[in-house]
Amino acid sequence: MSFPADVAERLGKDAEAIISRYPDKRSALLPMLHLMQSEEGYVSPDGIAFCAEHLDLTPAEVSAVATFYTQYKRRPHGEYQVGVCINTLCAVMGGDRIWEDVSEHLGIGHDQTTADGKVSLERLECNAACDYAPVMMVNWEFFDNMTPDKARQLVDDLRAGKDVRPTRGADKVEPFVKISRVLAGFEDGRAGEGVGAGPASQAGVSRVAGDSTARSDKGGDR
Amino acid sequence: MTLTPMLTRQWAEEQSWTLDTYTSGGGYRALTKALKKEPGDLVKIVKESGLRGRGGAGFPSGVKWGFLPEDDGGPRYLVVNADESEPGTCKDIPLMMASPHVLVEGVAISAYAIGARHAFIYVRGEVVHVYRRLLNAVKEAYAAGHLGRDIHGSGWDLELTVHAGAGAYICGEETALLDSLEGRRGQPRLKPPFPAVAGLYSRPTIVNNVETIASVPAIVDNGADWFSSMGTEKSAGVGIYSLSGHVAQPGQYEAPLGITLRELLEHAGGMREGSQLKFWTPGGSSTPMFTAEHLDTPLDFEAVGAAGSMLGTRALQIFDESTCVVRAVTRWTEFYKHESCGKCTPCREGTFWMTQILQRLEAGTGTTEDIDRLVEVCESIGGRSFCALGDGATSPIVSSIDLFRDEYEEHVRLGTCPYERDASVLFDLPEQEGAQV
Repeated sequence: MSFPADVAERLGKDAEAIISRYPDKRSALLPMLHLMQSEEGYVSPDGIAFCAEHLDLTPAEVSAVATFYTQYKRRPHGEYQVGVCINTLCAVMGGDRIWEDVSEHLGIGHDQTTADGKVSLERLECNAACDYAPVMMVNWEFFDNMTPDKARQLVDDLRAGKDVRPTRGADKVEPFVKISRVLAGFEDGRAGEGVGAGPASQAGVSRVAGDSTARSDKGGDR
Repeated sequence: MTLTPMLTRQWAEEQSWTLDTYTSGGGYRALTKALKKEPGDLVKIVKESGLRGRGGAGFPSGVKWGFLPEDDGGPRYLVVNADESEPGTCKDIPLMMASPHVLVEGVAISAYAIGARHAFIYVRGEVVHVYRRLLNAVKEAYAAGHLGRDIHGSGWDLELTVHAGAGAYICGEETALLDSLEGRRGQPRLKPPFPAVAGLYSRPTIVNNVETIASVPAIVDNGADWFSSMGTEKSAGVGIYSLSGHVAQPGQYEAPLGITLRELLEHAGGMREGSQLKFWTPGGSSTPMFTAEHLDTPLDFEAVGAAGSMLGTRALQIFDESTCVVRAVTRWTEFYKHESCGKCTPCREGTFWMTQILQRLEAGTGTTEDIDRLVEVCESIGGRSFCALGDGATSPIVSSIDLFRDEYEEHVRLGTCPYERDASVLFDLPEQEGAQV
């Protein structure tokens, strides 16, 4: 088993570009595995073999790495990887309720994919957006301040092929394979899209700018 | 105490992430200043500023830099830990999304100070737009001559690689991060040797948090005295406090170290309407929890430590009286079990068994002996595991049993959880059909 010659040649050029970023070739493995997902949507045995060959590793060494990290999928997944944060803060603020609701709505559980191949569902750990709780991610773009209603609408839109816009991120969510290529370090020209910080992130600085009393605030409890 | 935006200063500006915005606010001026100084003088400035690591441990940054051995002619590296994953922590991700150039400039100055000619930013892989902004900022910086060959005509070269991880909390531990950056499973290394002696590719390496490195330009630009005039004597400067949970306006509030939760809540509009503070974490889930008794504890390294917790990452997860503490702790413990790398037995096995015990306690099928057993298991993990993940896993359990033992016992007595989950959520229930987005 291996990739067709034209695919192998194209990916080989990408692999060279990735390897050139590092003093030591093996450092290219994580981005290479993202690159494999950009080709096939998951890390297949072909992908493992390709990485091993280009980095002078054994397939076992590559597999050991690929199975350690949660972003690498070892079997075909949906076009949209939908995650609901169920770590404590988000869970308590409504993430558990959203998870139960959207899981029932789609009829799938954690790490499962809808029959149409559109949506895979995942229980996520903290994604560093707690001030926007409850948080969801679609293909690693932020969907902030979610509710069960918004979550259902979101997955319905994804399955219907409608464009979906993250709260903080690019103008629309791209399919998983395209996002995987970005994660391999190949820019997609969308860095200029979307908001800067977002409303919660800038709550403090906006308060200082908008409320002159904040600056001269005595705050002298201490 | 007043809010003092330093790193967050430009976050609300239009196109805040671009080089134009950054330079219009004085960006890369500090780099020009730095390149006219001797590297050793820059290390001295950072030492004198009192800057301490902003990634949780709070080690003095200039001292850490000073641990590097003498130049032997071989490579040495600067690695930025941008794997922000500690539950509750949400400051570095918006910093890199809104103001990536302040980090890039910090990298350039810091790398020059420690003699590194190749630097890395290891950003967690689950934030694609942050990675885009970083890649774009680095590209802009190369084009403007802030990175690459002969920077600002100084004859000094620096290469900067932005590397995306692939989902593993443990990679926030600095030696696990280095293994991951070398293309391996992210598992912690035995220390010593510390990274300053044998780090990336076994070469001298400095690993610093995003906020730490991003603080360097302002220190170089305004001087060590300016920075150390803010905060407290031993916890100098400003830091970003992340407020989340049952507060009126969650968000990022940058303030001098030593501000209190009471003061921060005033800036954030208080608790959500009609609710009372029950418990909170001062620095992420790995730091022992506090209650309303600690509203006036100065949030600096010393005072939080003296009160029995740790300042950590200043991730204030705030829960009101609607929240079941057993539920909260069970979920955190499930997280540590999920993220335990498996290298050492106390953490791998301990988090597994603690999860089992907590799940039955939360469901009301546990016993009072289970509560004592949890404390015993924690004693077998804390201080006996390979890295801080194991220690961190015990913090919420031990502190919550200490503060809320009654609530654990109530679950046992009632045979169920006495809390109504829907009372804690931030949206209105029952949901109305058709009221979308």
